[in-house]
Amino acid sequence: MVSSQSESGLLSSEGDSQRTQYPYVTGTSVIGIKYKDGILMAADMGGSYGSTIRYKSVERLKQVGKHSLLGASGEISDFQEILRYLDELILHDNMWDDGNSLGPKEVHNYLTRIMYNRRNKFDPLWNSLVLGGVKNGQKYLGSVSMIGVHFEDSHVATGFGNHLARPILREEWREDLSFEEGVKLLEKCMRNLLYRDRSAVNKLQIAKITEDGLTISQPYSLKTFWNFGAFQNPTVGAEGSW
Amino acid sequence: MDHDATADVNAPHSMGTTIIGVTYNGGVVLGADSRTSTGMYVANRASDKITQLTDNVYICRSGSAADSQIVSDYVRYFLHQHTIQLGQPATVKVAANLVRLLSYSNKNMLQTGIIVGGWDKYEGGKIYGIPLGGTVIEQPFAIGGSGSSYLYGFFDQAWKDGMTKDEAEQLVVKAVSLAIARDGASGGVVRTVIINSEGVTRNFYPGDKLPLWHDELEAHDSLLDILNASNPEPMST
Repeated sequence: MVSSQSESGLLSSEGDSQRTQYPYVTGTSVIGIKYKDGILMAADMGGSYGSTIRYKSVERLKQVGKHSLLGASGEISDFQEILRYLDELILHDNMWDDGNSLGPKEVHNYLTRIMYNRRNKFDPLWNSLVLGGVKNGQKYLGSVSMIGVHFEDSHVATGFGNHLARPILREEWREDLSFEEGVKLLEKCMRNLLYRDRSAVNKLQIAKITEDGLTISQPYSLKTFWNFGAFQNPTVGAEGSW
Repeated sequence: MDHDATADVNAPHSMGTTIIGVTYNGGVVLGADSRTSTGMYVANRASDKITQLTDNVYICRSGSAADSQIVSDYVRYFLHQHTIQLGQPATVKVAANLVRLLSYSNKNMLQTGIIVGGWDKYEGGKIYGIPLGGTVIEQPFAIGGSGSSYLYGFFDQAWKDGMTKDEAEQLVVKAVSLAIARDGASGGVVRTVIINSEGVTRNFYPGDKLPLWHDELEAHDSLLDILNASNPEPMST
């Protein structure tokens, strides 16, 4: 059993001071794309505990205020804490009662500051976040990592999504994707992740945010394809190989 | 070990114990084994891991006995104050969130996984799982502790929505019993606590009364009884 406090004696005085933690319950990739009317985001509903797929109904896509959608991968308890910070942010924004409301760009910036400042204290929130939204007709999509690295782009992903989904998106993403085309594109990426990411589960949600509002789909599963000739007898002529 | 944090990413801590919480139509059933171990020695073979927080909310404790006890003591204390101030019984959700506050903010020091279960008049029977790290997750059923590793497949197959109280309790007893059969860190008796609108019922299933699983034999007082029985098997070399 590993002790979660690293006792390095000379360098650190323990007690209340936090150090870099380890993640326990984690979510895997989130993918986000801009499309004609707004932003589409996808994430599966898995909560892994090391190599065990412990929870299969974790909602990793959440609404933030009127204009934004947040998707998170990484430690779920830290994601829950971030949602509380955002709740407070939106509450104070609403309390101004001035007709103005925080847009996705502002929320993205707020998250970046939180993540970076925690990183500087060696006490990160162990998440990679995707933040997307539409305000006054302007579409916005960005990501923030646990060390505060942030990007803004037409398509973003976290974790394995960067390696498996982004290449597909680089080939097939277009500015004027329709909702149907966007969903199909995301599903292509999610299916690929399901094949190749050990922590992926076959239960996902796709969320859409446009000027008119936000919808998060019901959980659903994707068909997978195994009926290829090459899969039938892959080791014929080379027994013992894989 | 110190600097490579990612080395521990795929190595979750296993915790001695099997704990379970299950909702049914009308309330919840909590269950646990009774073994507390220090290393290889069984320090207590009849511990009670199902701890009361209020009249209507109980928790199952796993992991470090000390950590889980101190968390439950604090939460009981806070809930007591909260109940006085609120003027009515606390909800299960509030209890779960109080556990979360302690588990999350002390995540670097605590090593305890907790299942919060109870009944309140707003939501009925509810189960909240709070694993290492302080994530709160509301579930129709929750399993925890080192023995739970052996129960994921079992529950995937055996869990059904809308069970009766007796079906739920039988499921819990069977599950803890199966985990005890395979997990060295779980053993002893099976304790259950049933919580619903009518109140709380505690049950006790002694180790020798649990069903026998694969490769386990009937218990006897002595070999001599077997030898003296009507159709004794001859002793073989």
